[in-house]
Parts: sequence; C-alpha cells; structure tokens
Amino acid sequence: MENLTFDLSHQPVRALNQHLHSAADVLAGQHIEVINPDGAHNIAVGINAPVTVTIKGHAGYYAAGMNKFADVTIEGSASTGVAENMMSGKVHVKGFASNGAGASAHGGLLIIDGDAGLRCGISLKGGDIVVGGSVGSFSGFMAQAGRMVICGNAGDALGDSLYEAVIYVRGDIKSLGADAQIEPLTETDTAALADLLSKAGLSHNPTEFKRVASARTLYHWNADADQDY
Amino acid sequence: MSQTEHPITFKRLQLEESASFDRSTLDYIHRASSTGLYEIRGLGAKRKLPHFDDLVFLTASLSRYPLEGYREKCSTKTVLGTRFAKKPIVLDTPITVAGMSFGALSANVKEALGKAATAMGTSTTTGDGGMTSEERLSSKTLVYQCLPSRYGFNPDDVRRADAIEVVLGQGAKPGGGGMLLGQKVNPRVAQMRTLPQGVDQRSASRHPDWTGPDDLTIKIQELRELTDWEKPIYVKVGATRVFNDVKLAVHAGADVVVVDGMQGGTAATQTCFIEHAGIPTLAAVRQAVAALQDLDMVGKVQLIVSGGIRTGADVAKALALGADAVAIGQGVLMALGCNRDTYQQAGQSHSAEADYAALGTKAGYCHHCHTGKCPVGVTTQDAILEQRLEPDMGAKHVKNYLKTLTMELTTLARACGKQDVHHLEPEDLVALTVEAAAMARVPLAGTNWIPGQNG
Amino acid sequence: MCGIVGLLLKKPALYSQLGELMVPMLIGMTERGPDSAGMAVFGESLPEGQRKISLYSGLTEAGAAYDWVGLVDAMNAALKVKAQAVVKGNHAVVTFEGPAEPVKAFVNTIDPKLHILSTGRRIDLYKDIGLPADVANRYAFGSLTGSHLVGHTRMATESAVTPDRAHPFTAGEDFCLVHNGSLSNPNGVRRMLEPRGIKFETDNDTEAACRFLEWRLREGDDLPAALQKGFEALDGFFTFLMGTPTELALIRDPFACKPAVVAETDDYVAIASEFRSLAHLPDVKHAKVFEPAPEEMYVWKI
Repeated sequence: MENLTFDLSHQPVRALNQHLHSAADVLAGQHIEVINPDGAHNIAVGINAPVTVTIKGHAGYYAAGMNKFADVTIEGSASTGVAENMMSGKVHVKGFASNGAGASAHGGLLIIDGDAGLRCGISLKGGDIVVGGSVGSFSGFMAQAGRMVICGNAGDALGDSLYEAVIYVRGDIKSLGADAQIEPLTETDTAALADLLSKAGLSHNPTEFKRVASARTLYHWNADADQDY
Repeated sequence: MSQTEHPITFKRLQLEESASFDRSTLDYIHRASSTGLYEIRGLGAKRKLPHFDDLVFLTASLSRYPLEGYREKCSTKTVLGTRFAKKPIVLDTPITVAGMSFGALSANVKEALGKAATAMGTSTTTGDGGMTSEERLSSKTLVYQCLPSRYGFNPDDVRRADAIEVVLGQGAKPGGGGMLLGQKVNPRVAQMRTLPQGVDQRSASRHPDWTGPDDLTIKIQELRELTDWEKPIYVKVGATRVFNDVKLAVHAGADVVVVDGMQGGTAATQTCFIEHAGIPTLAAVRQAVAALQDLDMVGKVQLIVSGGIRTGADVAKALALGADAVAIGQGVLMALGCNRDTYQQAGQSHSAEADYAALGTKAGYCHHCHTGKCPVGVTTQDAILEQRLEPDMGAKHVKNYLKTLTMELTTLARACGKQDVHHLEPEDLVALTVEAAAMARVPLAGTNWIPGQNG
Repeated sequence: MCGIVGLLLKKPALYSQLGELMVPMLIGMTERGPDSAGMAVFGESLPEGQRKISLYSGLTEAGAAYDWVGLVDAMNAALKVKAQAVVKGNHAVVTFEGPAEPVKAFVNTIDPKLHILSTGRRIDLYKDIGLPADVANRYAFGSLTGSHLVGHTRMATESAVTPDRAHPFTAGEDFCLVHNGSLSNPNGVRRMLEPRGIKFETDNDTEAACRFLEWRLREGDDLPAALQKGFEALDGFFTFLMGTPTELALIRDPFACKPAVVAETDDYVAIASEFRSLAHLPDVKHAKVFEPAPEEMYVWKI
C-alpha cells in the first residue's frame, strides 16, 4: 500500500482531485489521505477507479460526489450532497451528514454513522444508504430505486412521492409522505437488511425495522381518486 | 371609359364592410326596427376586454425558489367574514360558486352545484329566486342573497343560511335588476317569487327599504340582529365606481365585499347593459384592493372577485392582485354542459345540435339562457329539458372543474415559492399590454413601467 | 447566494478577541457573498442616559472624506447632546446623551444622504459594498471587541447591490438580522406593516423580515413568540440569524434548503453557513458541531 497525503491547507482541492482522476493502474494500491480538509467543498469528486481515500476531518459540499469504484471515508462530518450521484463504490461518513446525502445515487453504498439531514436519499436511483442515526424531513423524496436503512428516527414526509425505492426504519417515523405506506417485512427484506447492516458494521436485528414502500396510487392520474398533488 | 376596357369588377371596393356599421350592427338595427324592443340575452360581455390573460406570472428563477408538490404543502384554506361574525365561513379552496337564481337555473342544477361545492369544501350562493330545499340540503355552505326584488326572502331561510349577501348589483348589469321571461316562470318559480305564472318578470333595481350606504349600515345591523351576529354579511356590487363603493361597503359594516366585473354573466338581461355598463374585472380588482388598503382593512374585510373567472390561472391572478377568494358563475355552468354539443342522460351521450339549431345558434355560440330552452338542461324550467342535467353527473363535472382550477392555482403558487395561495402578491405578475399594466397596476413585461403609477 | 456568520463569546476574558476570531469567518464566506459585507457588533453597553448611532457616508458626495467633525459640531450646537464621533473613513459611531430620536431627526434633516445604520446602547454596525476582506480592512474588523456579533456577505438576488441593501438590517434599538435565502411574500409583509407607521428604506426582502420581528418584540412578544409569528407570516426560504443586546437567535424555514452549521465549545458558540468559516476557530476539532433543525428556535444568551 502506497500512502499519499494531500494537505488542503497548502494545496488546492483541484490538485487532489486531479490526482484522484489518474488512470486506474496509477492509483492501484494507493491509499490517499487528505488532511486539514476544514470544510472544503468538492473533495474527492468524480473518482473513477478503485482507490482508497480517507478525509481526516470535516468535508464541505459534495464530498465524493459522483463516485465510481472508490472507497472514501470521512472522519468527520460531511456537508450538503455527500456522495451525490454516486455510481458505485463506498462512502463512509463517521460523523453526521447534512442535507441531500446520497442524492440521486445510482449505485454503491453510502454509510453515515451519525444523523443525516433533510432529504437524505432524495431522488435515489439504485444506490444503498445506511444511516446509523436519524434522518431529517423529506428523506427519500421521489426515491426511484435502491434501498435506505435508517437505524434511528425519520422526520416528516418520509418517502414523499416514492417510486420503487424501499426504506427501512427502525425508530419512529414522524409522518409518511404522499403514497408511502408501511408494509410487512418479507424474507427478501430481512436478508437485504442483514446484508446492509453488516456492511455498515451495525448489529441491529432486521426484524426491528419497518418497511416503507410506495402504495403506487399516484403512478397514474385519477380524477376520481382525490389524489395528493 | 374606352370600348376596349373590361367591365368594372373592383370587388373589394364593392364589398367593403364598415367598421362602425358592421354586419353585427346592421343586424341590431334591423332587429330593433322589427321588434321595437331591446335584445335580451344571457351570459356576460362577449367583446374582447382587458382581462387576466393579459397578465403573466414571474415564477421561480435563480433568485426565487419553487416548492415541490405533495408534502411541500401549498395551503388553499380560505376564511371569509372575520370582521364581526361569530361564525366565519371556512373553505378548503378560495373558489366559490356565485349567486345564480333558481328560476334562471333548474332545481337539478342547484342540487348538482351544492353537491359539487360540498365535495370541494366550498360554498354556493342562492340567487334572485330564493333558497330551494335542494340547494340547502346539498350544499354544506350556503350564502343567501338579499336582493332588491326580495323574491322568496324570508327569515327562516336567513336562519338556515351560513352567510348573507346583500346584493346591490351584478357585473352584467350594474344598476339593473334581475329578469326572468315568462317561459321560465313555471308554477314552482311563480310560487317562490309570488308572481303569476308565465309573466315576464323584471326585478327592482333598488332595494325597497334602503338606499345609500348610510341606510345600508342600518340594514346590515338588522340582519346581524336577526342572526345574533353569527353569520358573515357580504355586500356585492357590480363593478362601476369600485374604489368608492368598496370604501362605503366597509363603512357600512360589511364583513366581505364581492366585486363583480363586466364579464360577469346573467341568465337574461338587456344586451346594452351587458356590453356597455360596468368596468372589466381586471380594473375592478385593483381599485377594490386600493380601497381596502386606504382604510387599512386588508385582511380584516375580505374581498371576493367575480366576473369572467374561467381558469386556475385567472384565480391565481385574482388572488395575486389582492382578492381573498373568487366566485364563478358562467364557468360552472359550462362545466355542467353549457355550450357543449352533447349531453349525458340515462348513461348515454346524446347530441344537442338540433336543439341549438332550433334556437338559431350553435354549440360554442349560444347565449340563449333567457329562452328557457337550454339544449343541455341547465338554464331551463322545462320538465323535459331539465332531465338532460342529472344532478350526480353534473356534480361530478363541476367538482372536476373546481378541482382542476384548484390544482392549477397551487401549481402556479408553488412555482412562485408560496406555501399558501394567499401569499401571492402583485409583484408576482407583469402585464403584456399597456392597458392591462395600467388597470392591474403591475409593470409592463420587460420594463419597470406601470402607467399612471411611475410614468 | 449569501453567507452568514455569528459568534457569541461565553467568557468576558475573550471579548477583546472578538474581531480577530471573526475576520476569517467572514472571509470564509466570500464565495457565497462577493458583492458586499456587513457586521453588527454588540460591545460594552452605554449607560441608560446615552445612545449611539452608526452612520455611513458612502452615499454622500464627500464619501470617505465626509466632514464628520462639522457634523458633530453642528449637532452639539443645535441639540447640546455632547456628541462624540469615532471615525473610520465613510463610517462613524456617534455617541451622545439623551434619546436617539431627536439626533436621528437632526441627521436626516441636515443630510438626507447620510445613512443611519443602527441605533442603540451596545450595537455598532458596519456595512459596505466590496469583497468581505476589503470591507473588513476598511473598518478594521480585526480590532473590534464585544460579546457577540452577527455578520453577512451578500450575493444580491432581487434588489440592487447598494450599501443600504447589504445586511445586517436593523430596526428599533439594538436589534439586527441577517438572512440567507429568498422570501416569497415580502411585499405583502411590508404592506401589512406600513399602515402601522413602520417606514421602509428599501425593497429588500430581509428588511421586511427584520421590521416584522422588531415590530413583534416592540409589541411585547418575547423573542420565541416573535419568531413563532415569523414562521407564520414569512413565506419562502430562509436561515435568519438575529442579534439582541443579550442574545443570538437562529431559525430555519421548514424546508431548510439554505445551510447553517453551529460549533460550540465552553468558550464560544459560532454559527456560519458553511463549516469552512468555523474551521480556524480555537479548539474546533473538539467542538460540538451540529446542524440546527428546521423550524426550531435556537437562542444563545451571553
């Protein structure tokens, strides 16, 4: 393992990202450490190769945004849009995440040890998100595909206008969004939960979770049904 | 002219129409000379006027953020009558059904309107014919009109009502009373209006027991005493001297002021009234709001605007200009089938073309409410024709229409960043013509210019 | 499109460092707000019989060469209020005896282009167009002292880039507000307040919010009650940070799209739109760092 350090108090984020965009064979076997991040934005954006990155501190907006293949750990908090539009790979936030965590992610796994802010998993398109703490309101808004596991509580309007993504919640749900409903867990669900929890290093019992999925009553206009809009 | 030239065939010179004495005017004069009586018809002003279409919204941009749908809620709850009444009217939408008489409309229509309004959480309004049991039973919130004619007006119905609307006039004919031709004064209508059957009825223009705002003050107090101050009192004016009228209505003690512009409809009145009296609704709204601002009564006395409100965009613009609610008359009748070429009866669709033709008109052009021969069974008392409007089907159509308008209203409000449709404001609008900019007091699009306000 | 910063020092021994700690916070918000910057600092309180006003001469012809001495002399000759000024170019803090209204009326009469930024016993307010670092230099923010402050960097949205439209906005005495976001009904709010004799200086949406909240406080609401009414009356997207003589208060609208982050230690509470404005603060690595929840009121007292 070759260790490389980027000190963001002396180097611009652009230099870090440019290195992280090197060809896969250049990056192979490297572990990149980012020190003094101090809330800088766009750290480790657009990685396109399997490389390991550790951010030693708090990250700003869009940390590990549009990640492909990389394994990124943030040893602090992450601001708006961590791992937004991730395609594959893994992002692990040890602190809390702000709004829009994992927004529009198509694949990969986002783990947040602490709480996540509002709109966690908004517009999710196939990625997986595991939150050790609670999530804010409007989480899973218009989530189209993928899975969210929330070990704490969920705020208002969970899964508002949900498509085919599935949300598992262990704690309380302040309110459900339009077309979101609680359904019984199936064996597929408990297996998925066991897998995701284990990948996140959590030992909760899958049967403690509720399954929230779309009732699919808003998929088509129906004037007689007095639909939400 | 020499022998070899062709004969004169300057067609355009020989078939030149006069702008002043055009074919419509010629018809008018020929008709007047034949009948010796003014033309009477239904609906509202048909000529092109500055209207809400001349305004557009400045919706979200980089400096103004929109709301999502669903749980980023945009509230449409509307409360009317907070000034003095113990029991204000609380509605789920700011779109109400305007006063239209039983007599002008059939009993089936009144029932359909009531059911639709109840389903939508809004109100209906009686009309110049009194309160029918169909309407009171089907409409959860019913506003009872007190008109110059006082046809059928009685204290029991006042007590049964949820609000009272003292009507000075309506936009179609400010200064003129109601009208119902003999063919529509059937036994039931005659009995309710205390008239002989079959007479051509003309209502009074002034109230019998008060004239002027000073006496209106006392009349309103009478109605409050009768109802132990529980029910809101609306005052409705046709739009003429709107700024003064609204101020006077407020001084007289109104809880709610209703202003009806010239595009407002009627079932029967003289055409000269419809087209040549009253000002456009667009001009009326701003004058009404200015009057309330002048008296610091914005939010304390509510404003309902009517007269040609057709679409959700119209509703949104009326609210943005300062109305608290709107009332729809003609639009609701059209939702029931007015000017449609078919009607639904006994589960089947039937053509109404022959009936329009018999009236000398066509679907899309008809304004023959006064004849009582409504091809789709809406503005009729005829026992056969009225079956063409089935209450439940009619209710569904009106509910769909009101719901569509409410959805359009919230779509535009959300796009303007509002969590409540009542937060729409004039600064959300610009005008497409100089007249509309001047009347609505919003800038001409692409400029800062409001004619009459800043240049 | 705007950056906000707030700092409240829990220990009086630190008050002398307020400015030093604040300057990097403000400059950290430059990208969010490059057009203009402003700062309201709550320092040592004047005794009850005295008041001070912060004045800005940037809109006058003389600008930074304004004849402040002449102004103070004229004021003392006319009103006998023992006025004294501390001047920094186009800015002056004028301290005097007696109530503020006659002095403000005098200023408005003698030179309507002089802009009164703030009034009170504790508050000094600075704002100007330019990059935050330039504004900080211009007014020597680094040497300001006091218990707490509210600051702002601006990227103008709907009203012009002029100094009077920069934040913080003030109303009444010793009350100020900064705003990140965009209100959707400011004109209706303004029209509701104007008949009550509340005069507006700009068409800026933040001024509407500031005057609304100050009106509620003046009408007897405590800060939480005033903020609750703010939630009902003010529509749109906002993070508001407010300063009173003894408090900093923060609220976010229910959709919480505009950011805010708080870092708290035993020595201070620091608020900013982004963590990078907090990153240099002493011992921030061990601070409690959190995001304020939407629709909740956070009030910190000195």
